[in-house]
Amino acid sequence: MAKTHVTCTINGEETEFLCDPNQTVLDVLRDDLGLTGSKEGCGSGDCGACSITVDGRLTCSCLMLGPEAEGKSIGTIEGVATGDHLHPVQSQFLKHAALQCGFCTPGLIVATKALLEKHPNPTDEEARYWLAGNLCRCTGYDKILAAVHAAAAEMRGESA
Amino acid sequence: MYSPTYAAPTTVDEAVGLLANASGSARVLSGGTDLIIQMRSGRLRPQTIVDIKNIAGTIGIREEADGWHVGAATPGAEIGENAGLCAAWPGVTEAVQLIGSTQVQGRASFAGNLCNASPAGDSVPGLVAAGAKAVIAGKNGKRTIPVEQVPVSPGRTSLAADEFIYEFIIPKSSGKTADAYLRFIPRTEMDIAVVGCGVCVTLDNNGVCTAAKVSLGAVAPTVLVVDAAAKALIGNKLDDATLAKLDAAAQAACNPISDKRGTIEFRTKVAGVLARRTAAIAFSRAAAR
Repeated sequence: MAKTHVTCTINGEETEFLCDPNQTVLDVLRDDLGLTGSKEGCGSGDCGACSITVDGRLTCSCLMLGPEAEGKSIGTIEGVATGDHLHPVQSQFLKHAALQCGFCTPGLIVATKALLEKHPNPTDEEARYWLAGNLCRCTGYDKILAAVHAAAAEMRGESA
Repeated sequence: MYSPTYAAPTTVDEAVGLLANASGSARVLSGGTDLIIQMRSGRLRPQTIVDIKNIAGTIGIREEADGWHVGAATPGAEIGENAGLCAAWPGVTEAVQLIGSTQVQGRASFAGNLCNASPAGDSVPGLVAAGAKAVIAGKNGKRTIPVEQVPVSPGRTSLAADEFIYEFIIPKSSGKTADAYLRFIPRTEMDIAVVGCGVCVTLDNNGVCTAAKVSLGAVAPTVLVVDAAAKALIGNKLDDATLAKLDAAAQAACNPISDKRGTIEFRTKVAGVLARRTAAIAFSRAAAR
């Protein structure tokens, strides 16, 4: 079966790949492009570990076929930091120990960044609903929420 | 190895041609939040996938003289960001935003929810109560049918093999008309409706209902239009007697199954309770207009 040729932008860089129509964007990122930050937890859109942005909108990369990426601008966890300089969401997750095993962390960071770009000062309820599709089996979420609010404050220019 | 053909046509005619000429089974791809999971699990193995999102008009919302045109594949998140549509139809727009997580909202659409043909699709009773119509494209051009005529049984629709939903038309709400949608789930988020209820009412200046449409989800093989429940509302204010009649009519219409989400008895009782609560919201919204 012929593969589909796809041209898209990933973390700001123009990227081309060949994929089978049955491959998801997550498969392509991990298996073909070596971008293994996005994780496959459930493969059915429930856990959020594979969260990416597509043209700025948060989605699960396991719920999108590779060929659908044509012409899109994709953002993954690998594009969140600037060189060695961590994004405030990343540094606050570290500072607040908002992770244990770390498997859910890339998805949570991508989802939190998308949240704070849209809602710079979310309430606890808004943050919890926004992140309801990101499952963490370690932290109990309290430290994650603390990190989210601290990152929001930092991004608003307030001292955390 | 299973390897389907993927096509992303840019015109309606091209899409219809691909569906009509597909060898083996074909499936239309909108947001994919049901289809891709079914492909991955092996439940569905379409030979051809026709992605309709590159066809102009399948994503986006515009207000025209005959109503709100909502592209078939418009994601829930985009619907929720449309202040005009959300103000006009709070029930319809809240219903679609109940589907899945923020991530799922980035892709999930009215057309996918309707054509997946689950009896529990959250956006369906809302669309039905609001009197929304589906514009269906096929080899003989476009035809427009009420949303409730699309699903025929769990997993099946009335669409022919060469047809797909192009867009929805939700009427303009005018005067004291308003809608609401509620579902029951045993948690606060990220679950499938045990029962869903959409209600749309029009009131006169004294708060008396002059028109109504009541729709129930997850209590029968397809979404229900409950005429007897609408009749219980029309000509009345929302007093205790009216609510009791509405409750009884909603319960009488139920033909549910028992499954892990709820028994027949529970679903039937909840349908009555939800009808009361949803009608109360629709009445108060309509009265405020």
